[in-house]
Amino acid sequence: MAGETRKKAGKPSADGEAEGNGVSAASWNGHSGVPVGDEVASGLDESFIYYPPGAYTHEELGFSGDQVLDMYRNMLLQRRFEERAAQMYGKQKIGGFLHLYIGQEAVSTGSACAMEIGKDSVITAYRDHGLGLALGMTPNECMAELFGKVGGSSRGKGGSMHYFKKELNFYGGHGIVGGHIAVGAGIAFAHKYKGDGGVCLTYLGDGAVGQGSFHETMNLAALYETPCVFVIENNEYAMGTATHRAFAQTDFHRYAHSYGMISSLASGMDIFSVYKAMSDHIAQARNNRPSILEVRTYRYRGHSMSDPANYRTREELDARKEEDPIIRLKGYMLERELSSNEEFDAADDEVKRIVMDAVAFSEASDAPPIREIYEHVYSQADYPFLTD
Amino acid sequence: MAVLQLREAIRAAMVEEMERDAGVFLIGEEVAEYNGAYKVSEGMLDRFGADRVLDTPISESGFSGLGVGAAMAGLRPIVEFMTFNFSFVAFDQLVNNAAKIRYMSGGQFSMPIVFRGPNGAAGQLAATHNTAVESLYSYFPGLKVVAPSNPDDAKGLLKSAIRDDDPVIFLESESMYGLKGEVSDARDYMIPLGKARIAREGADVTIVAHQKSYWRAMEAADRLAEAGYDAEVVDPRTIRPLDIETIAASVKKTNRLVVVDESNPFASFSSEVACQIQERAFDWLDAPVMRVTAKDVPAPYAKNLIEYYMPRTEEIVAAAKQVLYAN
Repeated sequence: MAGETRKKAGKPSADGEAEGNGVSAASWNGHSGVPVGDEVASGLDESFIYYPPGAYTHEELGFSGDQVLDMYRNMLLQRRFEERAAQMYGKQKIGGFLHLYIGQEAVSTGSACAMEIGKDSVITAYRDHGLGLALGMTPNECMAELFGKVGGSSRGKGGSMHYFKKELNFYGGHGIVGGHIAVGAGIAFAHKYKGDGGVCLTYLGDGAVGQGSFHETMNLAALYETPCVFVIENNEYAMGTATHRAFAQTDFHRYAHSYGMISSLASGMDIFSVYKAMSDHIAQARNNRPSILEVRTYRYRGHSMSDPANYRTREELDARKEEDPIIRLKGYMLERELSSNEEFDAADDEVKRIVMDAVAFSEASDAPPIREIYEHVYSQADYPFLTD
Repeated sequence: MAVLQLREAIRAAMVEEMERDAGVFLIGEEVAEYNGAYKVSEGMLDRFGADRVLDTPISESGFSGLGVGAAMAGLRPIVEFMTFNFSFVAFDQLVNNAAKIRYMSGGQFSMPIVFRGPNGAAGQLAATHNTAVESLYSYFPGLKVVAPSNPDDAKGLLKSAIRDDDPVIFLESESMYGLKGEVSDARDYMIPLGKARIAREGADVTIVAHQKSYWRAMEAADRLAEAGYDAEVVDPRTIRPLDIETIAASVKKTNRLVVVDESNPFASFSSEVACQIQERAFDWLDAPVMRVTAKDVPAPYAKNLIEYYMPRTEEIVAAAKQVLYAN
């Protein structure tokens, strides 16, 4: 990986109380109180890279001002889409579970910018709206899926947790924590088997690290040298359980060491940190070197719509909102005069209109016809179902 | 035609399909360098190389999930379980991912994958190594379940399973791997999934039995013939989709039904057949449907107990005589 970005492991804090359990983005940057030499001695230094927030500029990364505005717009689309979805959930237009990604948008957009959409593959868990929209699923098909309408991406059969889009190599959208991780390794295996040059980005939350399937998959992916990046979106809570209450080792990137994989840590609050890290990891994957990228992020909402998030303090939440990835990028752009206030206003208006159009589309879309309940179970056209 | 062991017939199906389609590969514990725990895949590593015949660590959940992903991405994995008892640590991959992804994606992703390996009891292996899984996996819409009783069926059904775009649970048997039989060597010898075979025609009573139980049923039919009763034996071959039409037609002819199934009895294949037949052929039945199954307990270790646990020929004869009111 690129030498100039290597920091000798400014170890993220696991100090607990003093800084909250997690590591606020601001606290990572060499202020964790842990001597830098620690990791070097452990032998991780050769395979570990830290991508601190605020360390990269768009020029260094090769982005134009317009491209940065596109990134902003994409993140904002996810934010406004989900805010509207939450409202529609309250109006009972959306049923079941609705897990919001709000706060984590830099991870999805930063990744989408780093990959080759259509050539590379993506699979994630149930908090999947952000990645779907970042990859290019339409807000219409995404919202209609939440509404359970035929205009939805899965024709109303999957719902919030099960976005899929084959043309975009988006393999879901999976509801069982940890259940999709090995599937990601299999998709990567297929890229290598077919020799098509693609890689698979497999996203999982911090909670999934506790599943056996995570560890089995890390071993298999490393053993078979599959072109896979495992992205651990560490938002600090598995439902209501803070990482330090669930894991003896809360620096999740360190698990890579057990499987002989390279690893890094990036800030999910800074899209440039995510982009740079993802780009480096994807480059490794193209050479059949699987890796773990831990991204420290934060979800502002509860685990799902029924969760008031009483397990964390108002102060903690407010502090994390100070690091908001969208506000951060906007501040960056204003500071450098990449975009004017008028352009931001226009972007806001456009996104708002797109989301309202998606709601209107979903309202107008039909509920799936009852006969479709027997479709898409099997590819076999004349499967003899036990029907009533 | 050639006389092959069951293991050789299964191997022949895999080899032919791997030669035909570069997307077919075999993955599982000991399938490559060890040549298969039961020598089913003997020689396949040499023939196809390590890219297509892959040994795994003991990670059923991991390599099953890997197979699911590869299938979604357009390959045709054959995932071997050393026995299906070990599939339980991969249960989520089979019943959630393999079975449901097509549905949840609105038909966007197909799942052309075969999970195969030995099923059911194989002697004094005690409770965790003797589970018959056909009732369990056939519960799940989205899966297909195949359980052949002889080498020829195994070859023809496995070739169909490998070419099928839906996930197939293909059940074999440790104690039957050495079973010999005539096997077609036609290049595209395919037996369609979901078609039962009338193995023995008869007029007095229908006996439905698959896999190991099929052989007990055939013995029972011989004994019944000695007693003057003409049993018809139907081998369903595929558990899901089930060829209930063939079974119902047989029952409408004989008016009596015995179902033999190595599963434990509660909520099982045998209860499913009994239910469907009373729905479809109630007016033709001259006696209640009888079932002969494994006992309603975990499989025991002791030789006499495991022999008692399994469906036995004399139980089938007794059940047939009961529905014939012949006792």
